[in-house]
Amino acid sequence: MSRAALLVLADGRFPAGGHAHSGGAEAAVRAGRIHDAASLEAFCRGRLHTAGLVAAGLAAAAALGLDSVELDAAADARTPSPALRAAARRLGRQLLRAARATWPAPELEALAAAFPRGAHQPVVLGVTARAAGLQPLDAAHVAAYESVGGPATATVRLLGLDPFEASGVLARLAPVLDAVAEEAAAAALAARRDGPTALPAASSPLLDISAEAHASWPVRLFAS
Amino acid sequence: MHLDHAVTYPHRHTHSAAPRRADGSRRALRIGLGGPVGSGKTATVAALCRALRAEYSMAVVTNDIYTREDAEFLLREAVLPPERIAAVETGACPHTAIRDDISANLEAVEELEDAFREQAPLDLVLVESGGDNLTATFSRGLVDAQIFVIDVAGGDDIPRKGGPGVTTADLLVVNKTDLAPYVGSDLDRMARDAAEQRAGLPVVFQSLREEDGVHTVARWVRERIAAWVAA
Ligand SMILES: Nc1nc2c(ncn2[C@@H]2O[C@H](COP(=O)(O)OP(=O)(O)OP(=O)(O)O)[C@@H](O)[C@H]2O)c(=O)[nH]1
Ligand SMILES: [Mg+2]
Repeated sequence: MSRAALLVLADGRFPAGGHAHSGGAEAAVRAGRIHDAASLEAFCRGRLHTAGLVAAGLAAAAALGLDSVELDAAADARTPSPALRAAARRLGRQLLRAARATWPAPELEALAAAFPRGAHQPVVLGVTARAAGLQPLDAAHVAAYESVGGPATATVRLLGLDPFEASGVLARLAPVLDAVAEEAAAAALAARRDGPTALPAASSPLLDISAEAHASWPVRLFAS
Repeated sequence: MHLDHAVTYPHRHTHSAAPRRADGSRRALRIGLGGPVGSGKTATVAALCRALRAEYSMAVVTNDIYTREDAEFLLREAVLPPERIAAVETGACPHTAIRDDISANLEAVEELEDAFREQAPLDLVLVESGGDNLTATFSRGLVDAQIFVIDVAGGDDIPRKGGPGVTTADLLVVNKTDLAPYVGSDLDRMARDAAEQRAGLPVVFQSLREEDGVHTVARWVRERIAAWVAA
């Protein structure tokens, strides 16, 4: 395994489209639920334990080599919001484009052929991690980190929040993030035995509802 | 457990920069239009569509900063049918979407190309950047040529200030020359400064308030398409 490959994949500058998505932060800022570093931290903690854990489980399972069609269906089942499903597939397509150019591999070509309209981003992330020679736990870490890194960056842009404070939030969440990634990787092993139902299915109804509302705003900075 | 691949898998042009597709057909020429907010990018795109749509199969991708106004303007003006106009969202960072992470724009361009592949393959895709600053230029992975649009009202010292857009764009357009007398901009000075910054690259002064004000830029685009098809 290459630790450096993990850095490349997790880098916010990896050109896979994430910069245009706020992970629900734009809607939460508008609603007043995120207004400073403390409320950003609370938002991220909630997201990490729900959307983050689910994404990490799917990514770890895909990195383990579980069937991507089944995993994609599992992702759909765990994503009730049509707006978030559409965003996840779009981001999946964008990540796959970057991944195929960065770590050319037959698995990635097969994934592209199986999902011309895009697979859910965490599934693509897992297969990408595999193609980059990374472990399921690595994939889980990236997914969990993205689930909070996106909102933190978006909040810096939306609120003019001090970027050092935003980094502090992410640093304070690091131990929880490790635990979420480990839980996700363990669930992926269970899923290999028992099928995708063993993967985490935590939900965050408010994120789903506000994502639907956000998608209908005529004026917004972020795509989701 | 699966780890590194025994053999290196061949690299492909998955970013679709290659001029020819796998089946040998030539993809559309992609031209980016960038420049500061309000300089006349959308107006130039609209004028180019009107001037060129009878000759070429065209489409437009817009990158609004936080609205769909550019796309909606083009739709309202009916410069092209709606299915030929796509909007990309940029997360408050227009330059990121055209330079550092071009994935969403490439998706949009390719979707348009695919949609017209059967009936009338696209000859030209115009990609309008959201209004940004003087350093915002397009990635070569996204466009084949770029036009940087500034205007006389933004200050006649902009060509002198230079920056990547002014100095390196394939075509520099100085727009709204009709306003020069009102804002006290010295067009000769702008032309001299631009020539100095651009080492021979072309500069066009235009006013879209004039009848067929876009004709010089339209001719430049025609030449680019001719060169693209001949290559
Ligand atoms: N007087 C004059 N006005 C112009 C000319 N070209 C464009 N405009 C006007 O300038 C304003 C801005 O033009 P747009 O084409 O929307 O500018 P833009 O660069 O697309 O703006 P953003 O996308 O917001 O960055 C509009 O009101 C246009 O009608 C011109 O040649 N002369
Ligand atoms: Mg515009």
